[in-house]
Amino acid sequence: MTEARATRRTRPTKHGEPGDEAQTAGAPDVAAVEVRGVDKVFQTRDGELRALDAVDLRVAAGEFVSLIGPSGCGKSTLMRLIADLDEPTAGEIAVFGKTPARARLDQEYGIAFQQAGLLPWRTVAANVALPLELHGEASGARTARVTELLDMVGLDEFADRYPDQLSGGMQQRVAIARALAERPRLLLMDEPFGALDEMTREKMQAELVRIAAETGAAVVFVTHSIPEAVFLSDRVVVMSPRPGRIRDIIPMRLGGDAGRAERTEALREERGFFEMVTAVREALHGGAQPGTSARGLETR
Amino acid sequence: MQSAGTVASTGLGPRAETTLRIVAPVAVGLIVLGVWQFLVSVVGVSDYLLPSPAAIVEAFIASWASIVQATLVTGTNALIGLVLGSLLGIALAALAARWSAIDRMSAPVVAALAVVPIVALAPVLNSMFGADSQFGRQAIATLASFVPVFLNTLRGFRQTTPVHRELMRAYAATPRQVLRSLTLPTARPFILTGIRIASSLAVISALVAEYFGGPRGGLGSLISTSAASSAYARAWAYVVASIALGLVFYLVTLGLERLLQPHAPTRRRHR
Repeated sequence: MTEARATRRTRPTKHGEPGDEAQTAGAPDVAAVEVRGVDKVFQTRDGELRALDAVDLRVAAGEFVSLIGPSGCGKSTLMRLIADLDEPTAGEIAVFGKTPARARLDQEYGIAFQQAGLLPWRTVAANVALPLELHGEASGARTARVTELLDMVGLDEFADRYPDQLSGGMQQRVAIARALAERPRLLLMDEPFGALDEMTREKMQAELVRIAAETGAAVVFVTHSIPEAVFLSDRVVVMSPRPGRIRDIIPMRLGGDAGRAERTEALREERGFFEMVTAVREALHGGAQPGTSARGLETR
Repeated sequence: MQSAGTVASTGLGPRAETTLRIVAPVAVGLIVLGVWQFLVSVVGVSDYLLPSPAAIVEAFIASWASIVQATLVTGTNALIGLVLGSLLGIALAALAARWSAIDRMSAPVVAALAVVPIVALAPVLNSMFGADSQFGRQAIATLASFVPVFLNTLRGFRQTTPVHRELMRAYAATPRQVLRSLTLPTARPFILTGIRIASSLAVISALVAEYFGGPRGGLGSLISTSAASSAYARAWAYVVASIALGLVFYLVTLGLERLLQPHAPTRRRHR
C-alpha cells in the first residue's frame, strides 16, 4: 500500500484522428491499455464458460473506446480484467506498460460501475474524498480537489447532502467525480448510465464527453446502447458472445475530424451519426441471424 | 399506543399528532390505574392478591433508600454484563466474519448459548463462584447479552455489497482501511440494534439470576424476600423499580443508536 501513491503526471492532450492513429502512429505515448491474446474461462457448475476468446485490443492514451455487444459477450469481463478485479486465463494485459495489478496498486485508473456505489453514511463531498483519503492526501488539498470535482460535475451545492437525498443521475455524477478524484490517465466505466432514464442519460453522456476532453483521460466504456457508444467514442469495439470475441472495431468519424470537444447535442441529429449507428448495428448482427446475436441490445 | 393508527388516518396536523401520541398512552395508563384503584378500594379485591396503586406508591416512598441501593446493585451487574457481552459478541463476530472456520466452530456454541435457560444456569453459577460473589450474576447477564450482539454483528459484517468491495479493491485499500471505512460503518446499525436488544436482556437476566441464591441486595432478591414475607405492596414497588431500570437501559442504548447514527437513511428514493 505504501507504493500506491502514483506521481502526478502531465495529461496527454494531443488528440487528432484517434481511430487510425491508434493503429499506426500511437508510438510516442505508451498505450493506455494493451490486451494481447486474452482468454478468460470461468468454471461453472455446467462446465467451462469461455467468457473471452483470443481478445486483442489497444487503447491509446487519451482515446475513448466503447465495448459493445449483447449480454454475455464478455465486455464487462474484459473491463474487469483491465481493472485487475479478475485475472485472465491466458494472454497478457498491460496498463500503461505495467501489469494490471501494478497499475491498480499505483492507482493508474479511476473506475465507475453501473451502480453508483456511494457509501450511504458519507456526504457527497466525503464520498468524492474517499480515494484521496485512502491514499493519504493531506486534508487541505483534499478539500480543494473535492470542491473542484463537484464543480466539474455540477453538484457543488450538494456537497453536504447524503446519497439517499440525491436522484439516480446525481448519484452517478458523484461516482464519476470520485473516479476522477486522483486525475487518472485511464477511466474504466461499466455501464455507468445503464440505470438512468433516457433524458438523464443523454445529459450525462454530453457531460462525460466534456469531462473526458477536459481531463484528456483515456476511457474504456462498457455499454449495450448503440447510440451511446456512437456518441461518446473514438472507436467502438463490437463483441459477440459464446465465446466472447471482438467481432469488429469501428472508428467513429463524427463532428468532422474535430474530436471530442465538438460533440454536442446537435450531433445526435446529424446524418453521420445515424450512419455510424447503422454501421455498428450491422457489425453487431454481422454473420449471425438477426434477432439471435443481438439479444439484449438497445437500439433506441 | 394502538391509537397511532387511528391518529394517522384522521388526518390531523403533525403537531396534534405528536401531542396525541404522548397524551393517548398517558391517558390509557391513568385509566388503568384508576380502574385498579377502584377494584381494590371499592370492589374490595384482597390486598395480597392485588395491592392498590396508592399502597404501592406508599411502599415505594417508604423503602426508597433500599430501592435505590438495590437498583444500583442490579443495574451494575446488568451494565457489566451488557458491556462484556457486547465486547465479546463484537470481537467474536469479527473473527467469525473473517475466518469461516471460526464461524463454523462458533455457530453450534452460539446456538446452544441462545437456548441456555437462565433459570437453570443461575444456581449452578452461584454454587460455582460462592454465595457472596456477584460474579455469577454478571456472567449470566454477559451470556444473555452476548448472543444478540454476536448474531446481529455477524450479520452486519456480511452486509457489504460487491460494488463496495470491488471499489475498495480498485482503490488498493489495505484490509485495515477496508475494515475502517467500509465493513464497520456498514455493520454499525446492526451492532447497535444488537446492543439495544441485549440491554433489556441484560437487566432481565441479572434480575432473575438473583432469585437463585447469591448475595442479597439486588432488586430480584428483594422482590422474592418481600413476597415471601407477605409484603406485597413492597414487592410491587421493587417490580416498578425493575421496570424503570429496564427502561433506562433501553432508552440509553436507543439514544446511543441515534447519537452514533446521525444519518440513518429515512427513505429510499433510488434503489
